[in-house]
Amino acid sequence: MYLDPVIQASAEKVAAARAENVKLDPRRMTAEEKDQLLRTYHPDYREDQFQILQAGPNRGDKVPHELADLLQARSRVIPGDIDLTRADYDVDVLVIGGGGAGTSAAIEAHEAGASVMVVTKLRMGDANTMMAEGGIQAADKPNDSPAQHFLDAYGGGHFAAQKDLLSKLVTEAPEAIAWLSGLGVEFDKAPDGTMITTHGGGTSRKRMHAAKDYSGAEIMRTLRDEALNREIPVVDFTAAMELVLDENGRCAGAVLMNMETRQLKLARARTVILATGGAGRLHYQGFPTSNHYGATADGLILGYRAGARLLYADTLQYHPTGAAFPAQIFGALVTEKVRSVGAMLINANGEAFMNPLETRDVSAASIIRECSDRGNGVKTPAGSAVWLDTPMIELKHGKGAIEKRIPAMMRMFGKYGIDIRVDPILVYPTLHYQNGGLHISADGQTDVENLFAAGEVVGGIHGRNRLMGNSLLDIIVFGRSAGRNAAQKSRSVQPGTLTLDHVERFHQALEEAGVHTGHLSPKLLPTYNSLGKDF
Amino acid sequence: MEQMVNVYLFGKHYEVPESLTIMEAMEYAGYQLVRGCGCRNGFCGACATIYRIAGDRELKGCLACSTKVENNMYVATLPFFPLVKEVYDIEQVKPTEQIMMQLYPEIYACVGCNACTKACTQGLDVMQYIAYAQRGEYEKCAEESFDCVMCGVCSARCPAGISHPQVAMLARRLNGKYLAPHCDHLDDRIREIRDGKFIPLIESLMGKSIEEMQELYNSREIEK
Repeated sequence: MYLDPVIQASAEKVAAARAENVKLDPRRMTAEEKDQLLRTYHPDYREDQFQILQAGPNRGDKVPHELADLLQARSRVIPGDIDLTRADYDVDVLVIGGGGAGTSAAIEAHEAGASVMVVTKLRMGDANTMMAEGGIQAADKPNDSPAQHFLDAYGGGHFAAQKDLLSKLVTEAPEAIAWLSGLGVEFDKAPDGTMITTHGGGTSRKRMHAAKDYSGAEIMRTLRDEALNREIPVVDFTAAMELVLDENGRCAGAVLMNMETRQLKLARARTVILATGGAGRLHYQGFPTSNHYGATADGLILGYRAGARLLYADTLQYHPTGAAFPAQIFGALVTEKVRSVGAMLINANGEAFMNPLETRDVSAASIIRECSDRGNGVKTPAGSAVWLDTPMIELKHGKGAIEKRIPAMMRMFGKYGIDIRVDPILVYPTLHYQNGGLHISADGQTDVENLFAAGEVVGGIHGRNRLMGNSLLDIIVFGRSAGRNAAQKSRSVQPGTLTLDHVERFHQALEEAGVHTGHLSPKLLPTYNSLGKDF
Repeated sequence: MEQMVNVYLFGKHYEVPESLTIMEAMEYAGYQLVRGCGCRNGFCGACATIYRIAGDRELKGCLACSTKVENNMYVATLPFFPLVKEVYDIEQVKPTEQIMMQLYPEIYACVGCNACTKACTQGLDVMQYIAYAQRGEYEKCAEESFDCVMCGVCSARCPAGISHPQVAMLARRLNGKYLAPHCDHLDDRIREIRDGKFIPLIESLMGKSIEEMQELYNSREIEK
């Protein structure tokens, strides 16, 4: 029951049409229809929201304004602030970021015998991994294959993925699931051990493995527990402010800052793994976000200044179903699993306007079209939205299915008096994922020698759109691989003299290009306080 | 003008709009959060908070990100709580009662006060899952504790000094690794991959032109 009479009247139309809608299987759009839809309605195609970079490795490429401001900002570290001859920490492998990719990397580097340290600007586990709900893909059923997985992901990403990375992703997926199982991650299984798998948008086989709708949280807390069992040092509430290079331009550590005391520290390392995640908290184009508080693109900034090239930094993923109501959860993720288990997208008039399992970019564009030009959105205090008809799930799977399969969603809306078993919920696209990021080779190394990257900070694995369940997969596959390779590489590295000259050179390049953004970067935290003061 | 309410952040008075969560109220008051703020949506447990409504004797636990302010609410955040996390080797432990006795013997000192359950920010039956852990019933403990976000409010209220979230973490890992039914089709697929069964298929896909891939993608059969 919604108190707003307009919303409630529309919800009643949805309820009245439910018995008929539930029988429908709306046709999939043709390739031409999808192209046209994306060009007209997807936020990535709004040219006025992007600008051309004037300096750095991607000079001449377009990126969102908000990212350009930070990529072309000046460093927060002033030369002379830190003595580069005295390291506070000295390790083989330095992992920057304590999410799923960073923690997987740390575990594998440790397994390989390297001395490894994790620094994270908040706590280990404060990451988008923790908030991934729906699941993780792996082609491990008899009717499926890594090749089929490749085809789905390559097509879903608009044929733009870096093929060697995608091949690695799909081929190592089953092994990733086995590794997680071996660490004790509780995947949903049938009594005989068969994995319970579902579709995600754009999958041609049911290969979405899940742990209820806490899939990422279950993975993250298990990885964290394992890292703690191994007694890997975790320096928390400490941000990386700048990478340091040696005299030959190879990465050799980082300048760190205690987030509470603001004291600077120097970490020297033979190899460095950037695993700093995404950028949702930059709120591109004013969108709300499903991302973690710390998702401010820091790794892109650090890598870029050190000379690492970005790939597809102009493509963002807007998750089609962000919560549009109530205000307290505006932009929060409503997992795609809600559609995987049977809920359909319905407009204000009670019509099923699309197949609910199109890829995310297509679904988001379709919802934006429904709420704009077609005028079929439900008016909400924050704008316009469509329905996700959750009560359908129990029509299809019986009573109790919602509590069993998507308990987190039931709880999230229940806190605000909405029982998703009884009432449908209002959704609108929310900024969810950074498709692009640092370019890496198949061994996980960026364009800067001895600088590895893993997780959402990487670009190219998914092309220009990512499928559900391929991100939890990529943090595990590429996190582990970066950890192993960085450990291996560290054995042959001869330590050199540490320098921040690349930062100076970058500043000069900005001057020469006449770029003055007035910003300092990395951003570290979003500015939500009412006084408007940046961190 | 939106209705305002009185809140007391660490005892200091602020007036804030009544629609805000506690976390938003702190930001409205001007705080730049560093600690006590994580996913901002109830999954990470960073923003454990205790509060009392003036005139009410009961102390309540909640997550600041997903609890609305109320009038005359006295709030203290609990951004860190010293839980006991014992170190163990997951490959060496066995899913028997013995391991709990060894690592977390304090669970047997539970006095049955149920303060943990009353304080749980996720509405879990915490005392029940500790009872399952005491009996070595790890599958039940894992299921009952599954939605735990490890915020630690339960432990803050426990007179026996139990670190409930860590007990549950151990139970879930034991269950996931040793007790849950084994997945044979996963083993089969990993063997096939190691044997190189899919290499020719993937290599042939990687060698195709975009047009050929578009054709394959657009005509692929989708499992019902």
